Amino acid sequence: MNNAVTLSETRLKLRKLFLKSEPVRGYTLLSPTLLAMIFGLAMPLVVLFTLSFWLQEYLDFIRTFSLANYLEFFQKPIYVKVLLKSIRISGMVTIATVLLAYPMAYFIAFRVKSNKLIWLILITVPFWTSYLLRVFAWKIMLGYNGVINSGLKSLGFLTEPLAFLLYNPTSVVITLAHAWAAFAILPIYVSLEKIDRSLLEAGRDLGESAWMTFLRVTLPLSLPGVIAASLLVFIPTVGDYVTPSLVGGPRGIMIGNLIQSMFGQSQNWPMGAAISVMSMFTVAAMIGLFLWGTHSYRKRVA
Amino acid sequence: MNTNRPWWRLDGFYIYAVLYLTFIYLPVLFLPLFSFNDSKYIAFPLKGFTLKWYEAMINNPPMLSALMNSIKIGLVVAILSTIFGLLAAKAVTRYRMPGRGPVVGFIMIPLVIPEIILGISLLILLNLADIPLSLLTVGFAHLLLCVPFSMLVLVSRMEGFDKSMEEAGLDLGENAWMTFWRVTFPIVLPGIIASLLLTFTISFDEFVLAFFLSSIDQTLPVYIWSSLRFPSKLPSTLALGATIFMASFIVVTFAEWVRRGGVRLDSTSGI
Amino acid sequence: MDHDAIISFQNVSKHFGKVKAVDHVNFDIQRGEFFSLLGPSGCGKTTLLRMVAGFETPSSGEVFLDGEPMSVSPPNRRPVNMVFQNYAIFPHLDVRGNIAFGMRKAGLTRSELDRRIDEVLELIKLPGYGRRGADELSGGQRQRVALARALIKQPKVLLLDEPLGALDKKLREQMQIELRQLQQQIGITFLFVTHDQEEALTLSDRIAVMSEGQVIEIASPSQLYESPGSRFVADFIGSMNFFEGEISSQEGSTVRIQTQTLGDLSAAYPAESSTVGQRVWVAIRPEKLLPVFTEPQSRTNSVAGQMGASAYLGDRSHFYVYLAQRREPVLVALQNLERMKDHLYQPNQSVWLQWALDAVVVLPRD
Repeated sequence: MNNAVTLSETRLKLRKLFLKSEPVRGYTLLSPTLLAMIFGLAMPLVVLFTLSFWLQEYLDFIRTFSLANYLEFFQKPIYVKVLLKSIRISGMVTIATVLLAYPMAYFIAFRVKSNKLIWLILITVPFWTSYLLRVFAWKIMLGYNGVINSGLKSLGFLTEPLAFLLYNPTSVVITLAHAWAAFAILPIYVSLEKIDRSLLEAGRDLGESAWMTFLRVTLPLSLPGVIAASLLVFIPTVGDYVTPSLVGGPRGIMIGNLIQSMFGQSQNWPMGAAISVMSMFTVAAMIGLFLWGTHSYRKRVA
Repeated sequence: MNTNRPWWRLDGFYIYAVLYLTFIYLPVLFLPLFSFNDSKYIAFPLKGFTLKWYEAMINNPPMLSALMNSIKIGLVVAILSTIFGLLAAKAVTRYRMPGRGPVVGFIMIPLVIPEIILGISLLILLNLADIPLSLLTVGFAHLLLCVPFSMLVLVSRMEGFDKSMEEAGLDLGENAWMTFWRVTFPIVLPGIIASLLLTFTISFDEFVLAFFLSSIDQTLPVYIWSSLRFPSKLPSTLALGATIFMASFIVVTFAEWVRRGGVRLDSTSGI
Repeated sequence: MDHDAIISFQNVSKHFGKVKAVDHVNFDIQRGEFFSLLGPSGCGKTTLLRMVAGFETPSSGEVFLDGEPMSVSPPNRRPVNMVFQNYAIFPHLDVRGNIAFGMRKAGLTRSELDRRIDEVLELIKLPGYGRRGADELSGGQRQRVALARALIKQPKVLLLDEPLGALDKKLREQMQIELRQLQQQIGITFLFVTHDQEEALTLSDRIAVMSEGQVIEIASPSQLYESPGSRFVADFIGSMNFFEGEISSQEGSTVRIQTQTLGDLSAAYPAESSTVGQRVWVAIRPEKLLPVFTEPQSRTNSVAGQMGASAYLGDRSHFYVYLAQRREPVLVALQNLERMKDHLYQPNQSVWLQWALDAVVVLPRD
């Protein structure tokens, strides 16, 4: 009987603790997600980092600490060169995508009066096609017997098809800019839509022209959307593997292709891990620089 | 905009919008075009109309099994990641928790690292832990990728309705679980549906993770990838792409039609 | 603990990090009372209410409900129900669905439940609204539905968290009367939270005035208004003119007070709390000052001044009167018993303010 009393007392105490402690209840709900993320994200990243300090010997790893992979990364010019090229390509894709998307988002947010949803759906429809096929579509567009060459030939502008349209960094930029278009429009649209319309009227009321109102009110207020769009396009495109493989040719390869080859033909996983780690750090640094830049721009405007 | 403007005096924005839509639609429209072209080479000039690639598609067991694999993984991933996302969204929007910011940031990491790095690091872990690659490993990777998306959708939905709704449920005598079923769930249902659609789409179309983490059983994007290298397989792949596109078009149109009809039904039922 | 108390707060505190939202609160609420918690925003009144409902648990101390300690029972097991500030009407259910929500486990037959719902719909004066959707209700109707949804549960205490705050003034006044009648009709204890002192005065049997997590004073509305116990309460409820003074002599429960601006005056002040030489506040309500425009015969309980700005409020007028030796003006309120007499009060006019002996409230200073 004494036992029963203490048992129910402990139960009461536990219940009291559970009721009282919001962190306990919150983390209980978070636990499935957190566990999955620890096993599927934190541990793999730790392993990736560790592996980058190991070496490959045929099918086995030499599990002793070594900086050889990193030394190779900096000594052979190809790695740094391809990494920088990837960043340049992604940067151009990001700029092109955001610049093309902004007027479209502006149009939907400010000029379309009814049925905005229809416009938004209209923009996303092409993206229901498989990503791979969307990328492949540009092979059809730019290829030797593709749409552009055939079109120009039948119009009499060309006698021989142009060979330089496909398999170069520019074709990679065009293809990626097309593939990621919707990802840039949506965040910019959302941030434009959030702007209080009376602020724009205030801008005009205070004597600014439409163009200056845009520069001094609309643009700074939509900056969060522009930043989100830039990151949303830049991050995945840096590591993209599909597009350079399909339309990049030898001159259009990017860091994703190098990483893949280390896990494929070259069978040098530790080197692949080291390239991945270096790319992650570089991308993180680029993002940091970008955010710092936009932050100081916003401060200057404000 | 000046509504008195005659329709033929379109402003620059309108012209731009049409050009932009042309840019995003044009390449994609060539895919179904070539699925009806009577030639196994995807090149101009067109050779004539045929349905034989659609016939080939139906009679292509590896492609159909890849399609089934992708649908299976997509459904399981959509349901699991939405459940995980819903629990996590409820936790971060409804409880005062220390360390909430860093934890949310951690869960969002898959959104900000290139998929190829996510893929290879999982590959390394599975390799070191001697776990064989299978559709399960692909599904797990997709789950990691989809949970942050699901959580984003559901957090905004949870923030959009007042916490006092749930308190009212408790106050009226329901426990936490029943309050969830009778109050939270119906109110966040649109968000749940959005999350299911989004995560299914992401998983269904995901290539890089599946490419690194699958073995003999392929998902559809992995099959498509291999078919891109074999011209003979390509036209029936385009046929499948066009079919899936039409199917999703019909599903979305139908969903929109039901939604609008549903709204009308609701508002008249009260009168 | 009083055994007739329906709610008893015993040494209740609630901390959010370093903020003491509720700080050592002790008091009882009687069965059948209309009890209000009144205070500025952030004073802890809502936290106190939410502790009764079970949405917050005390950091220390205990809340007793009908003699039972509440800290181990979750909100759904407490015999209290709440009307939320924004009403929290479930958007996915119609009016009947909202009202029936809490009756799932009541074990009623379908027809019995329908009858009960019709009864409360009658009670809140919304018969025939059962099939309306949540988005088809006006603010006042939402408030009634929230009330019905809680009342059908027949709670021991009904908790109301600023339920009238979102309504416009006319509707709010109407709902105040209805709420008061409803409470008297059904006899359930109401615990009402508000920052609107007029509302608290209109509705309550007793009011607890709160500030910075502490209960400053608990009393009936007329007691709080006519003889507040502290400068804070006197200032928070209604308007009050304060004058600095010092007790010069005392006789029984009457004291003589010396002031710079009002001269010498007598007032009632309990003997046990006063000593000669003690610094006090002399407080007089604006409506208890009578302005006269010819110099009065007697100099006692009157003071000369000069008319400043005035404000016409329809039923009454406010004016600001400047006294010698005093920077800020004295507020005077006058009922406009006659029509169109507003023009009589000219700025810079000489005016004398008179007051009755019992109009003066004496409060401790420092």
